[in-house]
This record gives sequence, structure tokens and C-alpha cells, in this order.
Amino acid sequence: MTRRLSLSILALTAMTTLAGVAHATSTLDTVKQRGVLQCGVETSLPGFGIPDDKGNWTGLDVDTCRAVATAVFGDPTKVKFVPLTPKDRFTALQSGEIDMLSRDTTWTQSRQSAQGLLFTGVNYYDGQGFMVRKSLGITSALKLNGASICVQQGSTSEQNLADYFQTHHMTFKPVNFDNADAIIKAYDSGRCDALTTDASGLASERLKLGNPADHIILPEIISKEPLGPSVRKGDDQWFDIVQWSLFAMIDAEELGVTQANVDTMMKSTNPAIKRLLGVQGDYGKTMGLTNDWAYNIIKKVGNYGEVFERNVGEGSPLKLKRGLNQLWNKGGIMYAPPLD
Amino acid sequence: MNAEASSYVVRDMAPARLPPVTAFGPWRWLKQNLLQDATSITLTIGGLGFIALLVPSLWRFLVSDAVWHGGPSACASAKGACWVFIAQKLPFLTYGAYPEAQRWRVDVVVGSGFALIIWLASPRLPRRNLAAALFFVVFPVVALILLHGAPALGLETIDTSLWGGIFVTLLLGLAGIVFALPLGTALALGRRSNLPLIRLTATIFIETVRGVPFITVLFLANFMLPLFVPAAWEPDRLLRPMIGTALFGAAYMAEVVRGGLQALPRGQIEAARALGLSSWSALRRVVLPQALTIVIPGIVNSFIGLFKDTTLVSIVGIFDFLGAAEAARADPKWQGPSIATTGYVFAALFYFCCCYAMSRWSHGLERRLQHGPEA
Repeated sequence: MTRRLSLSILALTAMTTLAGVAHATSTLDTVKQRGVLQCGVETSLPGFGIPDDKGNWTGLDVDTCRAVATAVFGDPTKVKFVPLTPKDRFTALQSGEIDMLSRDTTWTQSRQSAQGLLFTGVNYYDGQGFMVRKSLGITSALKLNGASICVQQGSTSEQNLADYFQTHHMTFKPVNFDNADAIIKAYDSGRCDALTTDASGLASERLKLGNPADHIILPEIISKEPLGPSVRKGDDQWFDIVQWSLFAMIDAEELGVTQANVDTMMKSTNPAIKRLLGVQGDYGKTMGLTNDWAYNIIKKVGNYGEVFERNVGEGSPLKLKRGLNQLWNKGGIMYAPPLD
Repeated sequence: MNAEASSYVVRDMAPARLPPVTAFGPWRWLKQNLLQDATSITLTIGGLGFIALLVPSLWRFLVSDAVWHGGPSACASAKGACWVFIAQKLPFLTYGAYPEAQRWRVDVVVGSGFALIIWLASPRLPRRNLAAALFFVVFPVVALILLHGAPALGLETIDTSLWGGIFVTLLLGLAGIVFALPLGTALALGRRSNLPLIRLTATIFIETVRGVPFITVLFLANFMLPLFVPAAWEPDRLLRPMIGTALFGAAYMAEVVRGGLQALPRGQIEAARALGLSSWSALRRVVLPQALTIVIPGIVNSFIGLFKDTTLVSIVGIFDFLGAAEAARADPKWQGPSIATTGYVFAALFYFCCCYAMSRWSHGLERRLQHGPEA
């Protein structure tokens, strides 16, 4: 009995030690050794993460992964996308199966404190909105008193909707469905006056309607949904790399450095641009990277504005407005600390 | 026959007359099957009404209002099915993101797999034991090398994250079926074993796996496994649901096979032992052939269920056929009110064809085995 017990303890110790060894090396070293970044993304959400017929991934979250891969390897193709569902995204990160998660995940307190992950920043400020038929003649969500509203069952949208109407002393008739397709069908066939979900989702749902031009998205945003990449807790160097890869893209837009002009910008006299592009200082080296890390990101992936326009903005079928995601000095709240 | 009688007895047979019009041909069929009594007349009328209600709208959606030519813009406001979408997305729905230049490898594996199955399944073809050896031993190895790649042989490695579509569905179904039957048979025998340890292990396994939904088994295989094993030993993302499918299928198969074992009279095994067969040969030559024949409908039923259950893997982020259909319909280039429905109709047709083929094959097999192997 004692022998069997000690054997199983031995086996258990061996297993935990092995697991410990696997996690003891730094994430950066693991990634470099593997030669490819493993990044958890959406399974198929247009504009954020979706594979095309040839398995080429596109999207804002996908390009965030590419930026990190470029910072590490100087090559945006050195990334393997791991499609994850809402249910397995955190486990995949905790178990070390992926190095970072970039899958339209809302930054919340409980996820950070209880799920063992750290959000590195926000790459899309989303929020819940409403879509109505133009023929209703409504231009504000505050005029929706008494309306019937299609909403996804059991979602945070449902809760936010109830809260919003309660605070504004209005009533509504909920029409519940448990999947996005059923909601859009019901709305299209006139079963409800308005449809509510995240604003970015509204834009892509709108395209599925019989005649998208007959519908408008109301300006009110009734909830905060800051979406951004996250990493495992316990590796500060890796956290820095993922965080600053995004910040570098935002700073580049602010400084006017684009994919097209980045080479001429190398000769710029602006000290902020010099630091960003690695002409001056050792900013890359302090994170275990080369000093041209940010230059590579901008050259090969683009600055934040370019990535936004290409995936979800005017250059994409979604045609989302910058809105909150505009830079802080242009009326939005997209703000990155200075690279200094 | 005397003279008086012959004067009034008719000598020639009356000419045969046709039976009444309602007693043969299509009328008889109509009367017997559709218009026998008031209940069946009501049911017939009801059924016809139902068909009249359904068929025109189905016809309109699937054929007359459907979009057969053009590009994404043609489907933007289509009322009917958007078949162009299926035609354009067919390579993706079949192979997933498997690189185009390498797709011949999938074709070779699927083609040779089907050829071997047909060889195995048709009694008229010779050397079926050779086919079995090829299918169960050589084929999996060759398939793995071909699909995954071997740089030494000049085949570039294709990561499983690029695998998808019908090909992955067939792969999952096949792996489940190939492993479930032998494993299930072993478990069924284990559950009837006289050795308490084996019996207990088999029983606990069967009851645990059968006691939880398939989705739980998948979640367990997908999320818990990586937490327990070090990162280097972590099984591939596609392999995990495959293992889950096989284990789940095996637990159900075990109970089906056990049913067959119990239906077999005890005399059979006693007679086999009395003839001097070892318990292993008695099992192999007497018990299993009969027991498995009895439960063919149950086995095929489990296979069909398992094949359809594989669609659940799309929930754990695998682009199987249904997952690929979902990804295809989310493509922002293809937006239209009927895109999603078209995708699902196509998926339903595919699964129906596969399952119906399996069911027909099992009917044929049953008939053949009941009439003896020669018939």
C-alpha cells in the first residue's frame, strides 16, 4: 500500500515537474524556438477573424497577431491561427496551447482577476447599438418607447437592453431568439421594430438583410465593450511585446507613419518617429527584440488606421465608422502611451 | 355423364372476363393503399394537402427562384437558394483550407479509402482478407503520411489547422467507426468477463462515457487534456476530437454488441467447447460471427449516429463540413437573405445521402447474411 502510494506521488511529482519545465522557459524563447507564433482567433467573424477559401485569415484581430509575429520574427506570415470558440478560448491560453489570444474578447475585471489572463490593450472599442427600419422615421434610441426589440437570449445584450430601458423609464417588448441568424430573419420579416447587438455585429448583420439600404444603425451606444488581445499572467516580457506591438501601430498612425511612407520616414527628423522606427535608442532590445521591430510592423502589417480601414472600415464590406476608435486627437478615444 | 344430363350441361367453358377495374393494376393499388376506408381516405386527403402546401414553396426556393448563374451580387436579394454560392465554395466545403496544389493527396486518400471499403463490403470480390489487411493496417499509415506530409519523401507538411470540410467529416466518421467496433467489442466482452477487475473497468468506462453527453466528452478531450499533459506532449487539435469520437462510439457500440452476445443461446458456446475449440477460437469462430450478425441494425444505427455526431466538433473550433459551411456563409463577400439557408440545405442533403447509403448497405448485408454467405 505504502509502496503504491509513494509510486503514485512520484508519478504526480514527475508530471508536475514536467509541466513546470514546459512553462518555466519564457514565452518569447518558446515562440522563437518553435519558429511560429500561435495565436487564438475567432472561428469566423467577418472583419475580426475569418479564413477565406484558401485558409488566408483576415481581420483586425488577425492583424494584431500578425503585428506580434512581425515584431518577433520580422515576418507577418510566421503565425499559426488557432480558431477558438468562446468556450475554449481561455483554456487554450492557460494551457499554453496559444501564446496570445486575439479574439474579440471584452476586457472585464473578472476575466483578468479570476481567469489568469492579462489584457494588453484595446484594439476595438465596441458597444451595444440598435438597428431600425428607415421607414420608422426614428433617429434616436430614446424614441424606442414601446417598441418590440429582437435580442439574443441569455446574452449580455439582453441585460444591457433591460437596464437601458429601465434607466430611461421606457418599456419594450423583447423578442428572444437563441442564435444570430434567427434574430436577423425575425427582424427582416418584420417581427420586431428594432434589433440590438454589438455595433460591429449590427454592421455585418445589416448586410444579410434583403435590402440593407432600408435600415439604419442608431447613434446611441448603450454598453462598453472594449475588445483586445490578452496573454497569460506571469510573463512580463511577453506582455510588453504584445502590448507594445499594438501601441506601436497606434502611435504610428498618430505620427503619420504609414505602410507606404515608412521608408522615407526613416530619414525624418522628428525624434518620436526616430524612436519608433529604431533609428534612435534601444527600445526593441529592452523587450528582447531587434530595434527595427516597429518598423517591420508598420512596413509589413500597417499602422492602426490602415489595419482598421482594410478590415472593418471603408475599405471593407462592413464599412464601420471609426467612431470611438478614432485617435484621441481626432475625436475618438484610441490612445497609446508614447514610445519613449 | 348420361345422355339427359349432357343436353343441359354447357360443354364449353365461359370465356374469362377481366376482374373488376378496382381489383387489379393501379386502381387496386390505390384502393388498397390509399382509399381503403374512411380513415385512410382522410389521411390521403390530408397528406395530399400537406404535399400541396409544401412542394410548391420548396420548388420555388430550391429551383425556380434559385440563383444558378452569376456572382455574389446575384444573390444579394435572392428569394430562392443561392446555388452559385455552393458552386463557388465547393472546394472550401470539400477540402477546407488544404493548399490547392496538394489537394490531390486528399483525393488519393479518399478515393483509395472508398475503393477499399467497396472491396471489403461486396462479397463477390476475391481476396477480401487482403482488403481488410490493407484497410486496417496499411491504409491508416499511408493516409497519415499522405495527408500530413513527409518532407523526406518530398511531400510538404500540411498543418492540421488547414484541414477542413467534407474531408475532415469523413475522416472523423471513419476513424470513429474503425476504432469503435473493435474497441466496443472488446469492452462488451470485458463486461461479461469472469474476472472482476476487467469487468469493473469495462463497466465503469461504459457507464461513465454513456452517462455524459458527447459534447462533454469533446470538451473534456479538448480543454482538460491540455491542462494535464505538458505542452510538448499535447495531442494535435484535430486528434483530440478524433480520440473523443472513437471512445464515445466505443461505449455505445459495447452495449449494442453485448445485446448480441446475450441473444446467443448458451448452447452455442457449450457445443463449441465440447467440440474441443479453445475459448478464444470458440469466441472467434462461433460466438462473435453470430452475435455481430444479430446486431447489424444496431451497429449501423450507431455508425449513423456517430457520423452525424461528428458535426459537434465544429463547436470546439474544428472546420468540419458544418464548420466550413458556417465559415463560408459568414464570408462578407457573400451576403444575402438566403445564403445561410442554402448552406444548411446543402449540408442536410449531404448528410442524408451519406446516412441513407449506409442504411441501404446494412439492409443488403442483413439479407445476405441471413441467406448464408453464398447467396
